[in-house]
Amino acid sequence: MLIELGHFALVLALFIAMVQTVVPAWGALRSDDRMMELAAPASLSQLLLVLIAFVALMHAYVTSDFSVLNVAANSHSMKPVIYKISGVWGNHEGSMVLWVLILAIFGAAVALFGDNLPVTLKANVLSVQASIATAFILFILLTSNPFLRLDPAPVDGQGLNPILQDPALAFHPPFLYMGYVGFSMAFSFAVAALIEGRTDAAWARWVRPWTLLAWICLTLGIAMGSWWAYYELGWGGWWFWDPVENASFMPWLAGTALLHSALVMEKREALKVWTVLLAILTFSLSLMGTFLVRSGVLSSVHAFAVDPERGTFVLVIMILFTGGGLALFGARAGALRQGGIFAPISREGGLVLNNILLTTGCATVLCGTLYPLALEALTGDKISVGAPYFNATFVPLMVPLLLALPAGPFLAWKRGDLKGVSQRLFFAMLAALLGLVATFAIAERGPWLAPFGIALGLWVMAGAVLDPLSRARFGVGSREEVLRRLGNLPRSAYGTALAHFGLGLAVIGIVGTSAYRVERILPMRSGDKVEIAGYSLEFRGLTSGRGPNYTEETALFEVEHGGRPATELRPSKRLYDAPPQPTTEAGIHASWAGDLYVVLGDPQADGSTAVRLYFNPLVRGIWIGAVLMFLGGGLSLLDRRLRVGAPAPASARVVPAE
Amino acid sequence: MEAQQRAARVAGSLRQRMRRLGLGAALALAVLAGPATAVQPDEVLTDPALEARARAISAGLRCLVCQNQSIDDSNAPLARDLRLLVRERLEAGLSDAEVEAFIVTRYGDFVLLRPPLRAGTILLWAMPLIALSIALWAALSLFRRGAPEAAAAGAALSRVEEARLSELLGPGETTAPGTIRDV
Repeated sequence: MLIELGHFALVLALFIAMVQTVVPAWGALRSDDRMMELAAPASLSQLLLVLIAFVALMHAYVTSDFSVLNVAANSHSMKPVIYKISGVWGNHEGSMVLWVLILAIFGAAVALFGDNLPVTLKANVLSVQASIATAFILFILLTSNPFLRLDPAPVDGQGLNPILQDPALAFHPPFLYMGYVGFSMAFSFAVAALIEGRTDAAWARWVRPWTLLAWICLTLGIAMGSWWAYYELGWGGWWFWDPVENASFMPWLAGTALLHSALVMEKREALKVWTVLLAILTFSLSLMGTFLVRSGVLSSVHAFAVDPERGTFVLVIMILFTGGGLALFGARAGALRQGGIFAPISREGGLVLNNILLTTGCATVLCGTLYPLALEALTGDKISVGAPYFNATFVPLMVPLLLALPAGPFLAWKRGDLKGVSQRLFFAMLAALLGLVATFAIAERGPWLAPFGIALGLWVMAGAVLDPLSRARFGVGSREEVLRRLGNLPRSAYGTALAHFGLGLAVIGIVGTSAYRVERILPMRSGDKVEIAGYSLEFRGLTSGRGPNYTEETALFEVEHGGRPATELRPSKRLYDAPPQPTTEAGIHASWAGDLYVVLGDPQADGSTAVRLYFNPLVRGIWIGAVLMFLGGGLSLLDRRLRVGAPAPASARVVPAE
Repeated sequence: MEAQQRAARVAGSLRQRMRRLGLGAALALAVLAGPATAVQPDEVLTDPALEARARAISAGLRCLVCQNQSIDDSNAPLARDLRLLVRERLEAGLSDAEVEAFIVTRYGDFVLLRPPLRAGTILLWAMPLIALSIALWAALSLFRRGAPEAAAAGAALSRVEEARLSELLGPGETTAPGTIRDV
């Protein structure tokens, strides 16, 4: 009964979204207040209805109602509760309901907290949001309905793919979707601005928190996926340049560029046209990501919806919104006034460089991802574009970005002084140089470029530390003055520094583990010892056991470091009940220097067991860095000047008019 | 090996059942990205230098029956065959390039994760440079035309802005002099 109620609620939500698409925008056109005022209650009731649909579906999962086709196909009564819940979005249909729910949450947030928006802008934004909701609810109801019944109901469900039964992956999709869908806010604001034919600093101030919120969620979502791949897929890889990973990485790159260009627009009224275009492109890339994943055109390991009907539908949605947004941009961009001149060497100039390199990087990833598809469609020629292509093209583009990054926050607006900046960054240069020498001294092998990569990461990290210190006149002013100034720095200044610091740390993690990874593959018997990266591991045999919904074989390794017992590692191999599928669980021992990573292989003909051991130096920097980027963005979001819905002081509103 | 075959069998029957249920959700992920057992101990060459070369070559070769995995990462039987083939050729004294060429003559360019430069892939390899040139050109034109536009920009308020402004300032307050009144 509840599931029918959910189905009905979603249909109602569709009608409300349709009304919300048309009426407020029309009202804005006719300056009809009552029509525009419909937008807020409509988006709130849309949220309520989608929430009912979502909760109904979740209820069916938690109570294991196998008379619902979607539940029967993707859940199992023996599954732990957390995976019954995450099972809701662990499949195509349910994940689209989550998509629409997050979209509705963002729309309702504008309705609730958008009191300081000009009425026409608010009406137009909510109309555009509702048009996206209309398209996707229609998509769910017509091609991917999770509310269908199954008669007769099976005794038990098919189960959720075991490798998806994992805490990090349980929350990977919601964060990813909060990122994808969050960029719809930037899109809606951009389209609304184009409809009205005007944007100003205030517009950028409204767009920036939404973009930042989406960006931090996407950052965390991607990091969770990468962390999961690292420990679950069993060979310690953390990024594969898989098309589906690229599909989430492209909006991230474009979104990062958007955050920085919106900053220029807010502070200096410059880059307006570009920022609006970037807002449209970022969401278009999110839609494209959805299309690539949902349609299965890439037939990559992630694509679990191989269905041309759905693919075509999402393609139409994508073309409609991207094409519509770009056409509107082409027609109306001329109406946007540009402002704010600046010299190439200036804060604005630095942010332009940021945008040049991030956009080029994004275009490169896009090209590498779609090229094989296009070439095959046009000529029938099949090629593979894998990690070696991206390492050869994308990575070199990021080097100048990282080199320039620490200087950016030190440059003055309008016209900067590169010499003064380099003096203030002296200690960062010193840190990088010391890191370079130390890495050359410590590393016995590995590519000669790797120490430069480590130095680059240190340069970014040290620059990030120096940024707030320099603003507080550290080393110049008295201790009291420095402390007072540090206390008075806005949260966004610390947020920027923290995020940049995290990026530097991630760079070090990436370089460290890519260049200096140690690996051993060998057959082991009980009692055998093996040495790797200063650790000594003794294999103490295998034991069989039983988990809630799987059987497993667990190995015991006693680990010594420097002659002293360090830890015990228990890597295992599992066979799940439903679906009956094997997985490996790595045994990982983390230290400051890196991760000791042990995986069990197959039993060998002679009775021994294949064991794969890795030492992944500095690898945690990747995810700690990503978490710092998340926290840094969050800190900026808490800044009063940026807080969602916080009215700016009246004086700040007058200033742009001068 | 036996466990793998059993898992593959079970996965196959599972997919059949799902098709009966009318579901399009193929568990590609489950079948392909299962536990990675990739390089087996018996494959590893005794000469570490030769083994390192084998690993480097393997990382650049696509597992043809997998989706977007190199033969170095894959546990598919075909990937194992290719790994053994690479090692065999290396032991026979071929150079890295010769081994790669040998594999390409058998399986075509599709096997290379780094596509070779030829007519069909020129655009692929040129794209980063093209994109960078366009971005740089756009940025340079921004600096060139910056000056005249800036003079015109931000000078005046629209009627709506002015209404909003007076609303914010309140009826008792006068608006700032000069440009603000100048519509």
